[in-house]
Amino acid sequence: MQLTAKQRTRVDWFLTILRVAALVLIGAGLVAFVAQVVDSNNPFARWANPDAINLTGRQFRDLVVAGLAQGAMYGLIALGYSMVYGVLGFINFAHGEVFMIGAVTGAITSSKLAEAGAWEDNFVLCLLLVVVLSMVVCTITAVIMERVAYRPLRGKPRLIPLITSIGVSFFLQNFILVLLGPGTKTYPRMPEWLTEKRTFLEIQGTRLLVLAAAAVAMVGLWYLVERTKTGKAMRAVAEDAEIASLMGIDVNRVIVKTFAVGGAMAGVAGILWGLLFNSVLHTAGFLPGIKAFSAAVVGGIGNLGGSMAGGLTIGVAESLGPLVILEPLGVSGPSQLRDAVAFSVLIIVLLVRPSGIFGERLPSEERT
Amino acid sequence: MNRFGILTKARQKRRGIPLLLALLAVFSLLAMSCGNDDDDAPAAPEATAAPEATQAPAAPEPTEAPAPDPRGDALGDGSLGIVTVSTGEGIQIRSLNAISGPVAFLGLPNQRGVELAIADYGDIHGFSVDLGTPLDDLCSAEGGQAAAQTIVADEQVIGVVGTSCSGAAVAASPLVTQAGMVMISPSNTSPALTSDFEGNPGESYNVGYYRTAHNDLVQGAAMANFVFSELGISAAAALHDGDPYTQGLAQAFSNAYEEVGGTTTGIVGINKGDTDMVPALTELATGSPGALFFPIFPPEGDHVAAQAPTVSGLEGTQLLAADGMLVDGFLELADSEGMYFSGPDLRFGSNVNQGTGRNADQILAAYEAAYGELPSAAFWGHSYDAATLLLDAIAAASWVEDGDLHIDRAGVRQYLSEVSGYSGVTGSLSCDDFGDCASQKITVIHHESAADIEASKNNVVYAYP
Repeated sequence: MQLTAKQRTRVDWFLTILRVAALVLIGAGLVAFVAQVVDSNNPFARWANPDAINLTGRQFRDLVVAGLAQGAMYGLIALGYSMVYGVLGFINFAHGEVFMIGAVTGAITSSKLAEAGAWEDNFVLCLLLVVVLSMVVCTITAVIMERVAYRPLRGKPRLIPLITSIGVSFFLQNFILVLLGPGTKTYPRMPEWLTEKRTFLEIQGTRLLVLAAAAVAMVGLWYLVERTKTGKAMRAVAEDAEIASLMGIDVNRVIVKTFAVGGAMAGVAGILWGLLFNSVLHTAGFLPGIKAFSAAVVGGIGNLGGSMAGGLTIGVAESLGPLVILEPLGVSGPSQLRDAVAFSVLIIVLLVRPSGIFGERLPSEERT
Repeated sequence: MNRFGILTKARQKRRGIPLLLALLAVFSLLAMSCGNDDDDAPAAPEATAAPEATQAPAAPEPTEAPAPDPRGDALGDGSLGIVTVSTGEGIQIRSLNAISGPVAFLGLPNQRGVELAIADYGDIHGFSVDLGTPLDDLCSAEGGQAAAQTIVADEQVIGVVGTSCSGAAVAASPLVTQAGMVMISPSNTSPALTSDFEGNPGESYNVGYYRTAHNDLVQGAAMANFVFSELGISAAAALHDGDPYTQGLAQAFSNAYEEVGGTTTGIVGINKGDTDMVPALTELATGSPGALFFPIFPPEGDHVAAQAPTVSGLEGTQLLAADGMLVDGFLELADSEGMYFSGPDLRFGSNVNQGTGRNADQILAAYEAAYGELPSAAFWGHSYDAATLLLDAIAAASWVEDGDLHIDRAGVRQYLSEVSGYSGVTGSLSCDDFGDCASQKITVIHHESAADIEASKNNVVYAYP
């Protein structure tokens, strides 16, 4: 079906209006916020929302830091979505569940360590042990998932593994529910020196740790993908699996490695979740998983740096958006609209840049 | 341009997907509209059930009415129909509580309270009482509605003890009461289900609905008075999770607090399932409240307690919660130390239930013997009282004739509406015009040490009124 010139312009016209409207709304919110910060009594601030609240500089900064910490976690999960998409061209919806399994593993091992008394005495070593264990468990989960659920479907239309991944997601959720019961699994108390506000900008130590850990994981992944032979093979398979196999690359092996690396990143993210929120439920993987998927799309799916950038964008947007854009505009109950803000970011980015912030059209898209 | 070229190509190739989506959408719409039908027309099942209920007993009544006063002084005028229980059959009542899912900790003790009360009460005019299969309200409107439809389908049922959750009662109460049955809830506390204590019925009040739990207006007032007068804090904020119960209680607290002279600096909502509370807490922090009341449930409440001290502007804010957070898992966390919790007065002491002659200690002993554990929530006593009220009402509105037991539905309601000074294990019960029967006593406890949570549960620092 070929669109006529007239239809094309009409659609373009409509999209342009949508883009402009979205940007104007955000702009108005920002202007109202700035007006309110400059002088809470000026007419524009009062016009937008007469009872607007006034954030202090510290509160604003705390929101940004909380958003960055949360976003770094989304970014780490998004890497797994992005890598699998890059190599196989389908969305593995069960990836959020791998993340949840990482957080649950962390909760169990850390409470066992706390029972033995090691958690308080030697926190750093324990944390390292917990992170490594969680990465191992998540890697194994992801590899088994690939072997059992996705490999038999290799070469089938993309829709089939996609639906399968939703099934795998439910299976893993319920598996953990049956295995460990419906209650919350809590992490032991973090040591005082970590949770207190650090002198450095008075940011909470846990948030700094989360950001640092995410940065380390990201650098490690970049090194793996860009500087090692395995990474080269992954990029080759992502470029064109058929040609890669002709060049002597074992495509199945590369795919397993991709799942393993994605799983390990989800394992790290799971522990970061535990550090931030201290507890985990068997349903904890669903919403972060969906948001991480959005982050991957926002950053440009298939692009690793983009996934992290997308995660940070969504994290900061959902942290700041309600109070900086919605509140000054007079929207009631802005804090309940966090998730709406997060997904609006996805829609607005796609309206303006359909391939994501750092996205390029992948060759695989053209192939299918 | 090229983009659209690709789009259309993709669409041509996978025409199946939109078709599938459209089919799904149609199915879900159908499912929704069906659900809505039931929602909009609670009269439908009633319309079929009630006339039959009135016709069935109408047949035997005229023939037996001339007989010399077989009714004795049984209450009721027969206007809602008369249920006949034949020899050898049981009197049908039902339990409708949240007995599965995350709120089972609340609903199971309710159901067990009913079971114990029936066992203690014994037969009514020589007829045994049959609880049937325990029903589940799932703590949701859908669950309450589905279970209520099961109940009203059986015309022998006289009354229901339930629901556990206010949200479920909003859907169940119209169905049950319009079928001529009565509903006595041991743990609904939303003001919408009864009245505002000033003569205005709540928007979900139905004649035939009663409860032995307190009205949240009282709990809100108790907390407001405690914060303002006892703690001397003159600016406070509240947080809810969007649920009718938590929203109502936060609002009741705020209203009562303004009434006693305090300033509410904000009421903020979060969503169930949220983990990062920093934005919501920051919104509250801008008003610099001295106290924060969050009558929600775990796990969201855990996150609020853990994150509030880290938010700039809330460092020294006193945290308070309602009995929803009064669970062992939360009290064991260091974050909860120093908090205050409001809830129904559980100091039952030597109160004796007049229907069975049992006191709280005896019931608890029987509970532990029967179920191998102590109750996981506070409302087992309210449930026990609700059940004996229902059984007493049935006894007062029934008579034996030709070996059959006849129960006047209107008489059951008449008895319940006239309850005054009834001695229950939870205190003295008196029903007002809108079904509020509880003793309406609220206490506040202070949680001092996470190491000794049993001591905290008994550490009552304030009683209201």
